[in-house]
Amino acid sequence: MSPATLPRITLSHLDWLESEAIHIMREVAGQCASPALLFSGGKDSICMLRLAEKAFRPGRFPFPLLHIDTGHNYPEVIEFRDRRAAELGERLIVRSVEDSMARGTVVLKTPDEPRNKHQSVTLLEAIEEFAFDACIGGARRDEEKARAKERIFSFRDEFGQWDPKNQRPELWDLYNARSFKGENMRVFPISNWTELDVWQYIERERLALPSIYFAHRRPVVRRHGALLPITGLTPARAGETIEQLMVRFRTVGDITCTAPVESEADTVAQIIAETASTKITERGATRLDDQTSEASMEQRKKEGYF
Amino acid sequence: MSAIEKIPFGAVADHGLLRFLTCGSVDDGKSTLIGRLLFDTKTILVDTLQAIQRSSARRGLEIVDLSLLTDGLQAEREQGITIDVAYRYFSTGTRKYIIADAPGHEQYTRNMVTGASTADLAIILIDARKGMLTQTRRHSYIAQLLGIPHIVVAINKMDLVGHSRQTFGQIRDDYRGFARQLGLADVRFVPISALHGDMIVDRGENLDWYEGPTLLEILESVPAIHGEHVEKFRFPVQYVCRPQDSTNRELHDFRGFMGRVESGEIRVGDSVTVLPSGIETRVRDIQVCGESLPLAIAEQSVTLLLEDELDVSRGDMIVGSAELPEVNRQIDAMLCWLSETPLEPRRRYLIRHTTRESKAMLAGVAYRVDVNTMAQQAAERLVMNDIARVSFKLAQPIFVDPYAESRSTGAFIVIDESSNNTVAAGMIL
Repeated sequence: MSPATLPRITLSHLDWLESEAIHIMREVAGQCASPALLFSGGKDSICMLRLAEKAFRPGRFPFPLLHIDTGHNYPEVIEFRDRRAAELGERLIVRSVEDSMARGTVVLKTPDEPRNKHQSVTLLEAIEEFAFDACIGGARRDEEKARAKERIFSFRDEFGQWDPKNQRPELWDLYNARSFKGENMRVFPISNWTELDVWQYIERERLALPSIYFAHRRPVVRRHGALLPITGLTPARAGETIEQLMVRFRTVGDITCTAPVESEADTVAQIIAETASTKITERGATRLDDQTSEASMEQRKKEGYF
Repeated sequence: MSAIEKIPFGAVADHGLLRFLTCGSVDDGKSTLIGRLLFDTKTILVDTLQAIQRSSARRGLEIVDLSLLTDGLQAEREQGITIDVAYRYFSTGTRKYIIADAPGHEQYTRNMVTGASTADLAIILIDARKGMLTQTRRHSYIAQLLGIPHIVVAINKMDLVGHSRQTFGQIRDDYRGFARQLGLADVRFVPISALHGDMIVDRGENLDWYEGPTLLEILESVPAIHGEHVEKFRFPVQYVCRPQDSTNRELHDFRGFMGRVESGEIRVGDSVTVLPSGIETRVRDIQVCGESLPLAIAEQSVTLLLEDELDVSRGDMIVGSAELPEVNRQIDAMLCWLSETPLEPRRRYLIRHTTRESKAMLAGVAYRVDVNTMAQQAAERLVMNDIARVSFKLAQPIFVDPYAESRSTGAFIVIDESSNNTVAAGMIL
């Protein structure tokens, strides 16, 4: 035997996170019969596609991409979503909240209300239609305190409900993805990443992003301490002053509840510098729907939300 | 300028990632300690801080209660308890940290076991006024059982004992004696005040007699996992990549074995053995996403290509030919029962070890361990939070190393097929 040597190098934090995520995706492929990868065109799901390439190339992905479309989108993001799926040569399934509305399974209280929470219904309908037994998503534990306690392999019952008091123990990297028909796993390979890790990964892997993540001039109004973009869906209210500001989005979701932040950062490096020194959390700054109550994410997860 | 601001972001080499566990109860100041680590490393952002300032004011507190930073779920607030392990993150610019925050009460042994399973270091909190308690022994035993390589005993609330050097020394000596009995190898001690922030990130001014490193300096200097010992090469196969692309000749015959190097390292040309077949071959290539690498190290997810065309599938293991694991159909292990449904000795369970599964039956319970006294007791049935030495008979062989040598090839979980739930965690002896 050769003389004993210690490894000269250990993994950097980004290498470790990447490797963990690849390992998790491969466990899904190895354990689940019919998984899907949630892809919205947002930055976290763009990282997920890169991780899936690292996990499965030169083979094809062992799952289709699935987007639950609220219909409240920035066109740049949808264009990016379709282009990226085509470049990868992977199958993209789009299921729309508006179809659920037409079916009568989603009923809005007001016509222009945010549709994020209604995605749960459309997602469950898609799970049933395609008999998906696992949905892989890009949620992170640093986003929100309900997520901080959620497993990487998160079991959901037939109603998609998360029960925080009755989660499967998750030890070492021995993930248990077993489920009965009708039940479902939600799997979060980048659970252990922070917003900064995501940006560092985007920089390292030179990942392309929809343009609205970078600073651009946009008409906005100030409302409840946040900047609201003025679009066809979100007009200014009487008495509000429309300003043309340099802004970028930190998260991309339903137009009616995703707010940009003021920023001049138009490269990934500048965004990393801003993220490293930012003073406001990602959701605190930009997700109006999470601010409605202290427990709103926990509540939505119990109702089947990602 | 605080210690953390002296570290320029991105200017220093990346020292990887350290996962640690905090052991203690709310009374020991565990939440305050975690809040302090997050706050003093500038992880807490303004909106979060404003929220806890409002909560602190609502509760009539004069200073900001950092323990509110780890305030849990609605379900927990309603019941005034912590029900689960929470994971929290901070980074110093040189190292990223994942904290497993597990509740410390006796009935939550299973949560501590869960948090400990992935931890490289445990911080054991002792209230300086109380010294070593039963829970200190319990937490230390579980840390040792789960093979956490580094222990830091943080003696907290030094402000409430007049920052007494003597008190610190007494508790340290008590713990050292106990650690020797238990067989804990690497134990360090640090006096702290989580409330005031002394010796956590900043040194403060109250503990000048202490010349050792602060808690964060200890965390920053602990060697990365897998960097300390020579390890055997272990590669459980997760997934087999066979594109069978008839338009591309190279891809047509491509047969890649996908997995993660669980321990050791591997180079192109190394001799490996595939288990269970026992066939020896060599590594032809190591790839990630179509690019070849000369070697892969522990915890790296890669694709291995072998020189010979072998039938290898998920659940098989590729290992270094000079250092084979044991191939066993009977295992002795320490088991922690996690489920509310007790162990039924006559039932068949499913054991998952690495990427391999096998039906299993209990062959016997040697003894149950009282986690408070470490006394061994006779037992036939096991209930939630019990820890016991057991043996299992398996339908299929598994490829094992003792847990003390290799966590990834020494650990297993037990699954109840009637509920699909994970009901126990085991460490092979």
